[in-house]
Amino acid sequence: MFEFFKNTEFFKTLFGRESSGATARERLRLVLLSDHLALAPDVIDALKAELLEVIARYVDIDPEMAEVTFEQRERELAMLASVPIKSVRKDRPSAPAQRTANGRAHAPPNQPPRRRRRRRRPSPTAPPNGAPPDGTLLAPPGTFENSAQA
Amino acid sequence: MSARRIVVTSGKGGVGKTTTTANLGAALAKKGRRVVLVDTDIGLRNLDLVMGVEKRIVFDLVEVVEGRCQLRQALIRDKRFESLKILAAAQTRDKTAVSEEQMDKLMGELAKSNDYVIIDCPAGIEHGFRNAVAGAREAIVVTTPEVSAIRDADRVVGKLREREIPLQLIINRVRPEMVKAGEMMSIEDVGEILGADILGVIPDDEGVIDTTNRGEPLVLDQTQKLAAIYGRIARRLEGEDLPLTDLDPPSVFSKFFTMWKAG
Amino acid sequence: MNVEGTDLMHAFEEAPLEAASVEAPAAVALGRAIVITSGKGGVGKTTTTANVGAALAALGKRVVLVDADIGLRNLDLVLGLENRVRYHLLDVIEGNVELDEALIRDKRSANLYLLAAAQAREKEDVDVDEMQRLIEQLRERFEYVLIDCPAGIELGFRNAVAGAQHAIIVCTPEVSAVRDADRVVGLLPNDWSPELIVNRLRPALVRKGKMLSVDDVNAILRLPLLGVIPDEPAVIVATNKGEPPAFDPNSRLGAAYRAIAARITGDETAPAEVPTEPEGGGFLSKLGALFGGRS
Repeated sequence: MFEFFKNTEFFKTLFGRESSGATARERLRLVLLSDHLALAPDVIDALKAELLEVIARYVDIDPEMAEVTFEQRERELAMLASVPIKSVRKDRPSAPAQRTANGRAHAPPNQPPRRRRRRRRPSPTAPPNGAPPDGTLLAPPGTFENSAQA
Repeated sequence: MSARRIVVTSGKGGVGKTTTTANLGAALAKKGRRVVLVDTDIGLRNLDLVMGVEKRIVFDLVEVVEGRCQLRQALIRDKRFESLKILAAAQTRDKTAVSEEQMDKLMGELAKSNDYVIIDCPAGIEHGFRNAVAGAREAIVVTTPEVSAIRDADRVVGKLREREIPLQLIINRVRPEMVKAGEMMSIEDVGEILGADILGVIPDDEGVIDTTNRGEPLVLDQTQKLAAIYGRIARRLEGEDLPLTDLDPPSVFSKFFTMWKAG
Repeated sequence: MNVEGTDLMHAFEEAPLEAASVEAPAAVALGRAIVITSGKGGVGKTTTTANVGAALAALGKRVVLVDADIGLRNLDLVLGLENRVRYHLLDVIEGNVELDEALIRDKRSANLYLLAAAQAREKEDVDVDEMQRLIEQLRERFEYVLIDCPAGIELGFRNAVAGAQHAIIVCTPEVSAVRDADRVVGLLPNDWSPELIVNRLRPALVRKGKMLSVDDVNAILRLPLLGVIPDEPAVIVATNKGEPPAFDPNSRLGAAYRAIAARITGDETAPAEVPTEPEGGGFLSKLGALFGGRS
C-alpha cells in the first residue's frame, strides 16, 4: 500500500508540480539542441542558403539583407527568418494543385505552362492598378512600387 | 591478437572515470585477462591513489615517452591481481608534455602483450582528452544522471563520433529512490538523450568513497554490492548479453512501477 | 564594499558605458575578482560559484559570474539561464559585441549577472592577457567578479586565474580531491591567501570513519575555512530545475552559502560551522527511510 505513494504520478497529482526530473529532461533537450546548432555552423549556413533559395522562387529578395537566427525561448528553440521582399516574381511556381511531390511546378500534359501563355498576351497599356493582365490579383493594388506587368 | 584499447572518458570531471577504470580493470584481471591501466591525467594523477599503488611509482608515463626508462620499468604490478598492471601519470608536468602520436605509439606497445589497455582520461575536451583518445580504438563514456554531466557527455560523444570511435555508456551514481520520485532522470532518459548503448548502470553507494580513500578497488570485496555490478559490466564488455538486473525486492505493486535497474 | 585602493591598472581600451542595466560605481573603486578552483573536476566549483554569487547578490552586492569553462559551459545551466545566452565572453573579447549586451541579468536578482562561456569554441581561443583585461573591465562595474574555473591545471586554469586577486578552493573530503587541491594551491601566486570550502560532507560517514573529516582535509591543505557544505540530494534537484538553493530562504544548503557570502564580505567573522548532523530529512529522505530506500 505504501509503495503506491512512491509513485511519481501520485506526487505530481498531489502537489500539482512538474517533477524536477521531467524539468531537467526538458531543459537538457533544449540546451543540447542549441549546443548542437552552435557546433554546426555549416549546417546552419546550408539551411539558410536553401531556405533563401526556396523563398527566392516566389519573391525577389536581397540575400545579403536576409537574417536567419535561432531564438531560445522558455520551452522551445525557434528559427526566425527575416527576409526583406522586393517584389513578387512573375515566374513563380504554380499553385499547389499542379505541383509534384518535390514542390516543383508541373505543367499538365499537352498544355503549355500558364506563365508562358501570360507572356504571349499583348498588353499595350497597363491596368491602372498594376494588376497583371490575366486579371488575377496577386496582391492588393498598390502593394508594389513597380507594377508587375507582363 | 592485439589488445582492446579502451578510453574511459566523460567530459565532466568527478563522475567516476578513475573509479570505473580501476574497478573494471580489476574485474577483468580477476577473470584472468592481462590488463594494463594507464593514467593520462598528467599533473593531477589519481589512478595510482585509487589503486593503492601511489608509494610504488618509480617511473611514469612521461618518462617512458621521453625515453628516460624502459616501458617495463614503469609498469607497476598489482599485488592483488596477477595480470593487472598500472602505468602512472607524471605529477609535476602537465598535459602538454606528451603528444597524440606519442600516446598512440605507447598504447600500441602496451597492446602487444596485453588483452586490455584501459586508458583513464582526464576531465575536459582539450589536450589531455585528445591525448587519451589518440591511443584508443573504443570508448566508454561515463556520466551521471545530472544535467551538467549529460551535457558534457554529449559533447564528448560528438567528438568520439567525429573520430569514428565506437562507444558505450556507463551511467554512474544513480539514486533509485530519486528516480522513482521523479527527482532524477532515469537511465532510459539518459540513454535516449545521448543516443548510445548502455554498458552498465551503477547505483550511488556510500561505500565507494571509503574504498578509493583506502586504495582498495571494491571488486576485491565480494560483499560490496557494486563488486557484482562491475563483474557483470566486465562480462558484458566481453560480449555476454546480460540484461541489467532488477535489484529491488519484488513487491505486489512492482508491476505498476518502473523497476530501477542496475548492473 | 571592498576597495582595491592603490591598485592602479595600466590604461586599456574600454567600451563606453552604455545606458544599460549595469552602472559603474560612482568612484573608480574596483571590485574583487575571485576565482573558484579545485584542480579536480566535479567537486562543486560551478554550484559553488552560482550559489555564493547568488548569496552575495542577496546581500545587496553587485555581482557578476564568469564561466571560464570554454567548450563545456555549465554555469548557465546551473543558474537556469541557459535559454538567455545570446553572446559569450569570446564575443566580448573579440569585439563582436559590447560587454553590456553579453551580460545576462539573473531571473531572480537584479544584482546578479552572468557572462557565459562559449560552447562551440576551445580554451585555446583566448589567452591570459585577454582574460585579464576582461576581468578588469568587469571589476569596474561590479563589486564581486566570481570566476568559475574549469577542471585541470592547464590553459583553462591559467586563463581563469588571470585577472583574479583571490581564490576559493573547493574540495570534497576524498583523497583525490585533496591531492588535486593541494597541487592547485601550489600553482597560485605566492601572495594570494586562498580560502577553503569543503563540499559534499556527509557527517554520518565521517562519524563512522568512512569519510575524511574537515580537519583531515585541512591538515593537508592548511587554508582558512570559508565554509562547509553538506552533501544533499537537494543539490541535484536544484540543478535539475536551475534554481540555486541560495535563493531559497528555507533551504539549509542556502543558509550555508549565505553564511559563506557573509564571511566573504567581512560581515561575519565567526568561524565556519561544520555540520555534524545530516539534513533533518526532507519528505523524500523520510519516505526513503520509512520504506527501505537507499541502503
